Amino acid sequence: MKYTILVFVKQVPDTQNITGDAMKADGTVNRAALPAIFNPEDLNALELALQLKDRYDAKVTVATMGPPAATEVLRNALYRGADEAMLLTDRAFAGADTLATSYALSCVAKQIKPDLILCGRQAIDGDTAQVGPQLAEKLHVPQICYVEEVVALDSGKITARRAIEGGYEILESPLPCLLTVVDANTPRPEAAKRIMKFKRAVTPGELKKRFADADYTEAGDLAAAESSLAAKGLIIKELNAAAVHADPKRIGLAGSPTKVKNIESVVLSGGEAKEVAATAEGINLLIHELITDHTLG
Amino acid sequence: MANFYTENRDLVFTLKNLDLAEAVGMKENNYSCAADFDTAPADYADACDNYDRVLKVVGEICAERIAPRSRTIDAEGPHFENNHVTYHPLTVQNLKDLAQADVMGVVLPHRYGGLNFPCSVYIAITEMVSRADASLQNLVGLQDIAETICDFGNEEQRQAYLPRFCTGEIDGSMDLTEPDSGSDLQSVRLRAWQDKDGNWFLNGMKRFITNGCAKCHLVLARSEDGTSDGRGLSMFIADACPQLVVRRIENKLGIHGVATCELQYNDVPAQLCGQRRRGLTRYVMSLMNGARVAISAQALGIAEAAYTEARKYAAEREQFKKSIDQFPALYDMLCSMKTRIMAARALLYETTRAVDLRNAYNAAAEGENVADETRAKQKYYNKVAGVLTPMCKAQATETANSVAYDAIQIHGGTGYMKDFNVERFYRDARITNIYEGTTQLQVVAAIGGVQQRDNDPRIAELLKCPVPCELTEARKMVEVMYAKQLEAVNFINEKHDSEYRDLMARSLVENETYVFVSLLMLRDANLDADRIAPTLRYILDARPEFEKRFMRIMSDDRTCIESHKSVIDY
Repeated sequence: MKYTILVFVKQVPDTQNITGDAMKADGTVNRAALPAIFNPEDLNALELALQLKDRYDAKVTVATMGPPAATEVLRNALYRGADEAMLLTDRAFAGADTLATSYALSCVAKQIKPDLILCGRQAIDGDTAQVGPQLAEKLHVPQICYVEEVVALDSGKITARRAIEGGYEILESPLPCLLTVVDANTPRPEAAKRIMKFKRAVTPGELKKRFADADYTEAGDLAAAESSLAAKGLIIKELNAAAVHADPKRIGLAGSPTKVKNIESVVLSGGEAKEVAATAEGINLLIHELITDHTLG
Repeated sequence: MANFYTENRDLVFTLKNLDLAEAVGMKENNYSCAADFDTAPADYADACDNYDRVLKVVGEICAERIAPRSRTIDAEGPHFENNHVTYHPLTVQNLKDLAQADVMGVVLPHRYGGLNFPCSVYIAITEMVSRADASLQNLVGLQDIAETICDFGNEEQRQAYLPRFCTGEIDGSMDLTEPDSGSDLQSVRLRAWQDKDGNWFLNGMKRFITNGCAKCHLVLARSEDGTSDGRGLSMFIADACPQLVVRRIENKLGIHGVATCELQYNDVPAQLCGQRRRGLTRYVMSLMNGARVAISAQALGIAEAAYTEARKYAAEREQFKKSIDQFPALYDMLCSMKTRIMAARALLYETTRAVDLRNAYNAAAEGENVADETRAKQKYYNKVAGVLTPMCKAQATETANSVAYDAIQIHGGTGYMKDFNVERFYRDARITNIYEGTTQLQVVAAIGGVQQRDNDPRIAELLKCPVPCELTEARKMVEVMYAKQLEAVNFINEKHDSEYRDLMARSLVENETYVFVSLLMLRDANLDADRIAPTLRYILDARPEFEKRFMRIMSDDRTCIESHKSVIDY
């Protein structure tokens, strides 16, 4: 393989199709009420990686940090064409803010040493757009954010087009490099044959749980099942904090300086309609009013 | 995300209750393929899980990607210049999406890169694609060409073509019709000749060829000099080449997204597919029967699309201070549309199930030392699929036309405008009861099976199904209809008047459909209480239609035969 591409993805609650009980009384997201989906812009990042794989000789590895349930997005990435998937999971990672998250992801990236790291611009749950840039900083690699497409990739450098206000710019960067990707491509659908194969892909944790639920008594069974799946490439790697040599003080709640001070539940309601005269003076007055109440400026 | 599979309750119900265990077990070689192919299922439940997952993916592609592109494709269509067809960029994108989803070789065996799915699942995909964009189905459905090569070609031909069909690298066309040979394919004239080394070449014209710009053509040609009937025709595979010229593309009423071509063959190099002289009698008949089931699904997809728009519009449109779906004249139409769609779907998947069993037993009966029981079942399912296929095509395509007609009616003046989708569905539906055999020809294909009572064993089984108590009376009505149908068939059989039989054939076949479908609906109503109301409604609507036809058949009235000229030419 000429290039190794690492795509970081996230399973998020579907905040785009919300129902009545999407928010809890305390103003936090009710994750139980919302279906868990593949973060949309992470799908764009995966699509960009797969396009690069189609154009150049590349291996695409997809990784996510999350609870065991997040394995579902990894399988989905395999259905769409990813070569390999890994789950970073550990109770010690829980409660991470963007700083702790980007640190944990940097530990994975250091092990894989990819030529290219791709992230979606932002996740639809937090909408911070911070993890990608922070990750690049921690890895000391250049970053190109808001990427729409890769113009060229050749030994040692990448040329990418990024969206800017009112247009775009084309940047060149040495490899390794990190890109954050915007919603500028159409992610390919899951492929039937890959679904039929990779629906069996599991993490060792899932496999173990399945055996425990089925009440298997022979210890040998589990090991045999795991090696048989591994031989078919159907084991999704599972990494905990120790496996990626993460400093316990820099991950999870311990590594997260962000504290939520207060959550205010804002209920939007329609106000009175106001008529603005269609004259220069009327518009001036409106703009002045908007600046005064900080809607503008 | 919108999804044409998960959100279509009737389709999900139908597939869930369609017992394909026998056919799938045979097709998967008793699940022994799992060792060689990582896509092969381990058992029937695993296979059903695969179908469900793939249908969900296709359902989403259809609803979220293909349907929103369909208006533009209809308005702009393919481009033709210098004998070259270029498909609309959105059509190309649709095909790319479906190829990436791996559904371009749905029924082809694992070893050629196909999914090895049963016909029933392929038809569900067909239905959804057609609902999203009927014209796209004409391209996607040409994987039937690959299936024909798989069934009748030699191993070398299979290796050469099938894997490329599965990836979407090549597409196909089925070159049958000629300017003077439409329904009457026996008169095909395109000539196949051999040079002294035995190489075949094709010379002549073909017309109305769907996707005639394809890379791989299956061509019906006259290989036997001096013959003039079907037994002088063979089937050939030809690749697109400079000698194969697209002369023009047609300007059609509907299905604008696909190019319908006139082709000129100037000594086009070709390979014989299968045996000489069996082109029409065996291979094309098989190909056409497969295509007829697919067109039934195309029609049903269009009907579903038209109904969905009409239902939505009727709920939103207010007149006289209430939504129009509250007026009896309107909700009556909607009920009728809905039950006719459910009826068409019930018969379609009953047909595909028979087709799957037929295909499985045809495969099982190849080779030596075939058990008598296998042969008997092969014979039985060939008969059943043989009569259900034309019944199904006639019913589904006529339903699509009437549902699309009603959908415009519900929209009123708005529906006549190009701003809404229903006028497109009406135009697209109109070809379905014409191509792959007109409804009149489907009647010809079905009447023999109806007269010989090929459906009776299945009807006997269906009569054993329990019915919910709310439908006891309806069930009695159907029993009466069945008795009358047997009486009518007997009347025609004993009359030995072939012209009268031909005159009444459509009524007889349609009444057979009413009886058969009513029994299917009753069976299903027993599995889901919510289906009781639609089933009752269907049967109550079917009864007067049945009686009208029954009266006509039994009238013994030959005046139409004797005086039709005086009527026509007044």
